[in-house]
Amino acid sequence: MDYIFTGFIQAFQLLFSGDEQTYSAIFVTVRVTSYSMAVSLLTGIPLGFMLGHFEFKGKRSLRLLVDTALALPTVFIGLVVYAFLSNRGPLGHMGLLFTLPGIAIGQTILALPIVTALTAAAVEGMDRHLRTTLVSLGADRRQLLLSSLWEVRFSITAAALTAFGRVMTEVGISMMVGGNIKWHTRTITTAIALETNKGLFGMGIALGLVLLMIAFAVNLSVALVNKR
Amino acid sequence: MKKGIVAGFIACLLMGMFSNASLGAEKVLMMATTTSTDNTGLLDYLAPAFTKATSIDLRWTAVGTGKALKMGENCDVDVLLVHAPAAEKKFVDAGFGTKRRELMYNDFVIIGPASDPAGIKGLPIGKAMTGIQKSKALFVSRGDNSGTNKKEILLWKNAGMAVPDKDLWYIQTGQGMLATIQIAEQRKGYTMTDRGTYIKYSHNSGGKPALKVIVEGDPILLNQYSAIAINTGNCPKAKFDLAMAFSDWMAGSEAQQMIKDFRLLGQQLFTPNAK
Repeated sequence: MDYIFTGFIQAFQLLFSGDEQTYSAIFVTVRVTSYSMAVSLLTGIPLGFMLGHFEFKGKRSLRLLVDTALALPTVFIGLVVYAFLSNRGPLGHMGLLFTLPGIAIGQTILALPIVTALTAAAVEGMDRHLRTTLVSLGADRRQLLLSSLWEVRFSITAAALTAFGRVMTEVGISMMVGGNIKWHTRTITTAIALETNKGLFGMGIALGLVLLMIAFAVNLSVALVNKR
Repeated sequence: MKKGIVAGFIACLLMGMFSNASLGAEKVLMMATTTSTDNTGLLDYLAPAFTKATSIDLRWTAVGTGKALKMGENCDVDVLLVHAPAAEKKFVDAGFGTKRRELMYNDFVIIGPASDPAGIKGLPIGKAMTGIQKSKALFVSRGDNSGTNKKEILLWKNAGMAVPDKDLWYIQTGQGMLATIQIAEQRKGYTMTDRGTYIKYSHNSGGKPALKVIVEGDPILLNQYSAIAINTGNCPKAKFDLAMAFSDWMAGSEAQQMIKDFRLLGQQLFTPNAK
């Protein structure tokens, strides 16, 4: 049982001694998460907003589709992306297998439905009176759109953080598409899987705590920004 | 404020693309290998010397031999370092690989609890396998089509038995060698491992492993590791020159001596035997 306690101590040692492998995994994780989050937010927020704000034919089916995609298992995404990026697959010529952009494609498939669905839900759930009030105050279409977006900013932040949490902690996609290559595609989660495989539980727990600390730092900074 | 965050993301993205582009200029050799060469730390130990000698950046993904061969067939890697001679020969005959070269070996051992519930200690391998089956002592298998798994299946067959599958005493983990040993330890069962990984496990357990070597020494337990270059006839883009540079370097005197010197707990994990 002592490996649980040693894990805690090791986590701090790894972080503060500047352990090269740990920092490589942290850097890889942050980089790949930034790619996938950037793409998911830039496309997911407008998509979700349209899905929640406008009325159009087939909207309900589209919502159903996006909501179903929330349950996509990461190993399945990993397998499909691997099959597409493999040199025998349709996108093999792009040479994205075992690279960070390759992992980011899979993670975007994971995060995009989350951002879209939660943004759409927030926009739909917005106070209906707001619209009437704004129109009666003489707001034009553009102003109506922008003030609605501003009104749901906290919900969108929550959507972004939820997606971020899933992307940063997933292991199936990173393992299958990235191949867990040391110094290149080894993320914190694939490193944990590897250390556990090796029976080095202390090291695995330490890396898990490192991941939690990063999540805490991100959430804290978002909370501070929102407060201002 | 939101603009700042978005700008930050875009900056990260551009930075990432830029650094990726610069990485592409190096000579990168992609290898698929078995879990034992990675889990033991052998590759971590050899790779820097290889890069120093050839200025090739060696990157590997550690999977079972079955999956490694599949990755080679799909042209996702340039070279293989694997240990399932029969499957390797088929792979080469099918035109997927070429220039198979034997590099080093160790041996497989049956390990289990010191109490030896099946009473097979020191028996010849065939009798040991039937002994496990008759006493229904727990046996933990990789069950993942890896080189080790292929050898284990061969041992059941050679002992004149059907390969166990749904039997209650037979557990298939589908995981790597060290993970499988951990499961065998937790469940107090037998398992088969290559000696290198067993020594690594003993090392991780502080030199006091719960599972001991029960059966060893039969010639059939020899575990040969070989490098195979991916055939450019099947995969035109495979980096054949780099693959051969790796194969040649591994067979050279520097690497062979390094393999010989790679020790844990004072024991040698792999024996070099390149011709």
